Amino acid sequence: MVVTVAIVRQRSLLGVVVLAGIYSFLMASVLIVLDAVDVAMTEASVGAGISTVLLLATLHLIKTTEMRSVRRQIVPLLVVLGTGAMLVWGTIVLPPFGSADTPIHRHVAPRYLADTIKETHVPNAVTSVLADYRGYDTLGETTVIFTAGIGVLLLLRGRRRSGPTDGGGTL
Amino acid sequence: MTLDLILRIGTKLILPFILLFALYVQFHGEYGPGGGFQAGVITAGMIILLAITFGLAAAQRVAPWALVQRMIPLGVLIYAGTGVIGLLLGKNYLDYSVLSHDAAHGHVWGIFLVEAGVLVTVAGTMTALFYAFVERGR
Repeated sequence: MVVTVAIVRQRSLLGVVVLAGIYSFLMASVLIVLDAVDVAMTEASVGAGISTVLLLATLHLIKTTEMRSVRRQIVPLLVVLGTGAMLVWGTIVLPPFGSADTPIHRHVAPRYLADTIKETHVPNAVTSVLADYRGYDTLGETTVIFTAGIGVLLLLRGRRRSGPTDGGGTL
Repeated sequence: MTLDLILRIGTKLILPFILLFALYVQFHGEYGPGGGFQAGVITAGMIILLAITFGLAAAQRVAPWALVQRMIPLGVLIYAGTGVIGLLLGKNYLDYSVLSHDAAHGHVWGIFLVEAGVLVTVAGTMTALFYAFVERGR
């Protein structure tokens, strides 16, 4: 919470990137407390590691101070507050945190937990669900990463070949 | 690149252990936390640390552009190809039970191949993104 306010107040974008990395590490710690180690690991390595490096590399290309906005923005504030209020309102009807008889715990999860060793010899149910029971989803995710990588490479490298300066190549 | 001596020696010492940890996360993903995605990111992180400390040229000696670029589609092909094997051997797409004599053992192989595909694509993409940003900044 403190970090979020600091991110919003900060004008130097370098500081924002560092604070965003701290925020990711805090989120990873929260996920560890919630016993989601796999997600915590991803958050720590991607959110705090790679994103920070890529954002710093982006800052290397652009100016590092955020410009002060001309007008005071009331409408965005109202939109954000409204969305936040609706989300909080939505959580009121959720079942109590950690209760075992919610729909997600009664649908397919027990079968995965019971049969993962018998069917796949893989004790970590997260891995067996990710790579086996839900193999299609992970194939889609891998394709998303592939597409994103190809897209960024085309944007950043294709432009460079067409001209030495920004927007130089008109042909 | 003339950075601090301690920083360079420290990086040199820690690099193999980062790669070792990435491989541990990859191959121990069946038992502990982790898997292809996390291992790929850690591998890319190793290359990026190398590039930050010793310069882009040193990193591209280890992982040249041609290799990194080929890794991006190669991983997806490994993943999708694992599915096609099941299709060719008369089962459903991404059905791993045909990969070995015993169905459960086939699943072990299937998960291994699929995670390897994820590792290759993720490591390639992350490294390529970093290279693209850095070269752009020159």
